[in-house]
Amino acid sequence: MEFKNPANILTVMVVGLCAVVPFLAPALGEPFYVIVFARIMIWAIAAVSLNLIMGYGGMISFGHAVYLGIGGYTIGILAFHGITSAWVQWPLAISTCALISLIFGAISLRTRGVYFIMITLALAQMVFFLSVSAERYGSDDGLNILARSDFGVSFFDLNDKLTMYYTIFGFLLASVFVSWRLIHSRFGAVIRAAKSNDTRVQAVGLSTYTYRLTAFVIAGVMCGIAGLLQANLENFVSPDMMNWPRSGELIFMVVLGGMSTVFGPVTGAFVFLMLSEILSTWTIHWHVIFGPFLVLLVIFARGGIAGLLTPGRTRE
Amino acid sequence: MDYVLVTEQFLNGFQLGIILFLMAAGLTLVFGIMDLVNLAHGSMFMIGAFVGGTITLVTGSFILGVVLMIPSMLVIGMVVEMTTLRTLYPRDHLDHVLATFGLILFFNEATRLIWGPEGLVVPLPALLDGTVALGAGITYPVYRIVIITVGLAVALCLYILVSRTRIGMLIRAGASNRTMAGALGVNIPMLFSIVFGIGAVLAGLAGLIITPITAAQIGMGEDVLILAFVVIVIGGIGSIRGAFIASIVTGVIDTMGRSFLDVFLLLFLPENAAESAGPALSSMLIYVLMAAILFFRPQGLFPPKGAG
Repeated sequence: MEFKNPANILTVMVVGLCAVVPFLAPALGEPFYVIVFARIMIWAIAAVSLNLIMGYGGMISFGHAVYLGIGGYTIGILAFHGITSAWVQWPLAISTCALISLIFGAISLRTRGVYFIMITLALAQMVFFLSVSAERYGSDDGLNILARSDFGVSFFDLNDKLTMYYTIFGFLLASVFVSWRLIHSRFGAVIRAAKSNDTRVQAVGLSTYTYRLTAFVIAGVMCGIAGLLQANLENFVSPDMMNWPRSGELIFMVVLGGMSTVFGPVTGAFVFLMLSEILSTWTIHWHVIFGPFLVLLVIFARGGIAGLLTPGRTRE
Repeated sequence: MDYVLVTEQFLNGFQLGIILFLMAAGLTLVFGIMDLVNLAHGSMFMIGAFVGGTITLVTGSFILGVVLMIPSMLVIGMVVEMTTLRTLYPRDHLDHVLATFGLILFFNEATRLIWGPEGLVVPLPALLDGTVALGAGITYPVYRIVIITVGLAVALCLYILVSRTRIGMLIRAGASNRTMAGALGVNIPMLFSIVFGIGAVLAGLAGLIITPITAAQIGMGEDVLILAFVVIVIGGIGSIRGAFIASIVTGVIDTMGRSFLDVFLLLFLPENAAESAGPALSSMLIYVLMAAILFFRPQGLFPPKGAG
């Protein structure tokens, strides 16, 4: 069974760690790690969503972080105009992400291969430049969010640290569960089949375009949820959260953890962000070490952590 | 609208197009021939600016800076190709994106380590500092005219190199059938290194000639890189002719949009709406153009013959 291999044991350890950090970190005198883990979990949700289209569907989106930005900015802009009710904010953020990913997907999925990589990048940069030029919403400096989403009930208040943390944790578990169910459904089978041979799937009579587009929208919405959580956690959105290096980092988290594995992106996000956290305490020039590390990883460790820990497994 | 301003902005757009072409030509060559997605091309733009700028400041001569930058970039480009990128050719595009993304992080930080975070200001050579009257009341900076001339000359040389010389013939042979060209005795690895070196020189030249206007900054290559991606996607990947036309179109539309879109919108919208929508829309203009072109022609305007 899948659960017995070392990669999945590692993931269970990471998720278990995420579950106890709010109690463990203050006890160890490092309360700062609570927010670090909250951030890691948000990136993990985004990485899980990217894995859905990139790992299983072969759609290398180099603009996936744009949905983080769109989800976050929807919250930010609504809060800026005084609308803080979560019952308005969240459905609106989700539907905006669905709409934008539908439009972007419809355009970019007409292309293949490297064209797809570049067009997703360009479309994401378009939104990035739009946010930079939006002077009313802070341009480059970003937008402070004065109040977190308000659910209007006393027992569920995002201003409470634990509630905020475990909301993110809950969404992480949900995203992994959703991606696991999707991949093992008929829909997931079509997506995976289309990745290995598009023509044959079409010959069977299925419109691969529609299936891909659906997967693209699901991934966009899932990443948008990560964005709205991020906006709430940080009380701040800025164009930088959807700039293209963020998309590159997301791809790295997925590949680092192991593409096309359900849990890979979670470990990937964890290792990636912990590594940058640790390296950045050594030297401010940590990118000098990190960059070549990424290059070596690509050249020597195909299949990522899951590939290293699972004997005989190589990337599809 | 005032025709003097329109002409000036058109020339500015043309000049941006030239810079984009120098970037896009290298990208599209490397992609068309080696099938390599090279994000680190923007780093070559930046390194060219810093290396050439430093030579200029040390020797006091901008011309010398340009002349010495060319062999330096050739060597840097070939070293990068031989040490890292060579191992990536058999891999898929995802690995290319990841590895060259890692290279960007490295080059940006290495530049910060060597030259410091402030960047480098390179003064305009005194000879080229000034304006020239183009007639009909239009004056234009000499230096920008030089950029346009240099770019057009390079485009011409590149065309001759690829279509009229022996090395160009080898490049085209390598592009259309790598294995066959190799079997006929062409040293394919060396050829690829040279092509990559040429791409690095073109990118470095673009970075260096823009430096007296914008100053050399860390990460300066990335915005240009993304525009260059837009250009080669519009032009058709692998096509130098497509890259040239798409560069000029993109440069002109982007610059004209930024200057005149708000004026244009005034025809349809109330004043305050036009003023707020203008800048936002103009920054999106070329992406909308790209999306529209790809919607009708997913392979770009000039897909190279025989490419899949």
